Amino acid sequence: MNVRPDPTFHATAKLAMQAPVENYGFTVMLSPDGSLPDGIAVVDLDQSSKTYGQIVHQLIMEKPGDEFHHFGWNACSSSLSPLSGHAFLERRYLIVPGIRSSRIYVIDVKDPLNIKVHKTIEPEEIFAKTGYSRPHTIHCGPEGIYVSTLGGGGEDGTDGPPGIFIMDCETFEIIGQYEMDRGKQDKHYDFWWNLPQDYMVSSEWGLPPQFENGIVAEDLLSNKYGHSIHFWDLRKRKNIQTLDLGENHQMALEIRPAHDPKKSYGFCGVVVDTSNLQGAIFTWWRDDDGVWQAKKTITIDPQPANPDDLPELLKGFEAVPPLVTDIDLSLDDKYLYVACWGIGEMHQYDVTDPMNPVLAGKVEIGGIVKDTKHPNGKDFAYGPQMVEISRDGSRVYWTNSLYSTWDDQFYPDDEGGQMVMARVGENGGFELDKDFYIDFPKGYRSHQIRLEGGDCSTDSFCYPSV
Amino acid sequence: MEVSTETALWWAVIISGIYHGINPGMGWPLAVSAGLMNDKRTSLVAALGLLALGHFIAMMTILLPFSLMSALFIWEKELRIAAGVIVVLMGIYLLINRRHPRFLARVHPAKLALWSFLAAMAHGAGLMLVPIYLGICGIDANDTGHQAVQTLMAGRLANAVIVALVHTAAMTVAGGVIATVIYFWLGLKFLSKTWFNLDIVWALSLVFVGALGIYGAYAGH
Repeated sequence: MNVRPDPTFHATAKLAMQAPVENYGFTVMLSPDGSLPDGIAVVDLDQSSKTYGQIVHQLIMEKPGDEFHHFGWNACSSSLSPLSGHAFLERRYLIVPGIRSSRIYVIDVKDPLNIKVHKTIEPEEIFAKTGYSRPHTIHCGPEGIYVSTLGGGGEDGTDGPPGIFIMDCETFEIIGQYEMDRGKQDKHYDFWWNLPQDYMVSSEWGLPPQFENGIVAEDLLSNKYGHSIHFWDLRKRKNIQTLDLGENHQMALEIRPAHDPKKSYGFCGVVVDTSNLQGAIFTWWRDDDGVWQAKKTITIDPQPANPDDLPELLKGFEAVPPLVTDIDLSLDDKYLYVACWGIGEMHQYDVTDPMNPVLAGKVEIGGIVKDTKHPNGKDFAYGPQMVEISRDGSRVYWTNSLYSTWDDQFYPDDEGGQMVMARVGENGGFELDKDFYIDFPKGYRSHQIRLEGGDCSTDSFCYPSV
Repeated sequence: MEVSTETALWWAVIISGIYHGINPGMGWPLAVSAGLMNDKRTSLVAALGLLALGHFIAMMTILLPFSLMSALFIWEKELRIAAGVIVVLMGIYLLINRRHPRFLARVHPAKLALWSFLAAMAHGAGLMLVPIYLGICGIDANDTGHQAVQTLMAGRLANAVIVALVHTAAMTVAGGVIATVIYFWLGLKFLSKTWFNLDIVWALSLVFVGALGIYGAYAGH
């Protein structure tokens, strides 16, 4: 408990953009075969530092097999909610779930050069208290820390639907399931919300047997992955509307609401349209009658390819799909970054008009067929994947691994973890910084990045930007 | 002596109102938020009104039982001591239990009067007024001597309403000034700058007011 609100909490997204820039980044270190324990790499992002752009500290866990993926903060700008009046938590702990082990680590990052495990929550406790497994996305919200899960109960996570559970933001005790009425929701992936408007949006990937041992081609071709997004009355904990994006829109993943809580719209990325292999972005919004709507506003075409250049899974299609696997929205709600993991491209769309996004910039790196090298001449394994934008919107960081078993299917010859950074131009457009290239220690891949003091996919703001 | 004590007690009603008003935990940030979300200054004023209503009801909910008891019982002193002890205990409880009531976050952001009522109840805001209120009743009792129970009760009720009204008005003005200044001039950057963690001060205030009430009961004013 502090006497003053944590200086990294901001009332509006605009104030967050004006705050001091990030000095450190925290990035997942993933041992793809579980031969080593996973870890968190601390990256020096202070541009005046001698060790800028290097991993300056690593915290390696004790047990292998966690499969770190996404993670988040114990507290963020949502603490300034006018409903709380008690903004005296510290942004100090990273909540890091293992999606294979169902274990959760609470990591104290107060001293970034000496981060340490503060608490470990064992899988049995999560199973017993929530009935869920495979914890994934973290957001700090009105009653505590919200954790989405990918699996229900039982050995393979299919005994009951997955959902969200709540943890106490000070003691990290697991409180229990979030949902009171989940409606049609039976799969889960991402979620985010608008706190003053009191709604939440959640998305769907697939059930554990559909991803843990690799993508299941038959399930994909028969459209059995998730293709709906769900709208919730946040405080009533009730699913108020389920929007089916169409069964060909397989794997509706990242949910990115506008950061300004006055706006009632956001975006959702769809990995692949099975009818034409396109990647897609849907814009969702609430209409004047209070009904939620969604419309496909961006499509990204597959690129024709020689079957010899394609992995087994794609040979028959003679094309490489874009595979939209992550999206991220800048704090001014202006630029949406779209990771096209299959074709090796990162796109930047101007979404000032959310219904009519305009492609403003493109960076090519990696990719199944093109395998574009970094401007420094080095290899980039796989394609652009987890993307994180600096608060001021000037730097865009990303890593390359999607998910251990899926990396191996789509990129059977690649191995390694990299983190790169692109600088955004004054009037849009962005280019890779030739001097920023982090090669992860041997045996480790990389995934989500969190920036010290918050970033564009953690903080929820409770007041409009004026 | 009596006059200055009475003046002091009424000032205490006003000062406790200002104190509650500036505490973000009693809701002024909600007024700023309402004004900004709806883009209307009338929303800010309406929000302050709803917050005041909730706070007033919370004050009355606490003061009413004490008001009835003080009129019915002849053990004026014992009641004042008991009330003081309850207030001290609430302060000690808040000192020990530093967790914040989670259910407040479950109230819909638009239900401001309900939120304000619950926030005031959960923090013991009404209890803070009880020793002051009973002190004022005590002075009246000295002035008026023995009245019929009905007359006495009407007087005590009127007192409770006036105390709650004055207190709530002071709270609304204090919170309203902060909300207005931030909304029109300073901007949201100052929102977090004006927030201080008042938890311990608040709990100690309860202990202090409760102790003062007990002292007043013994001292006979």
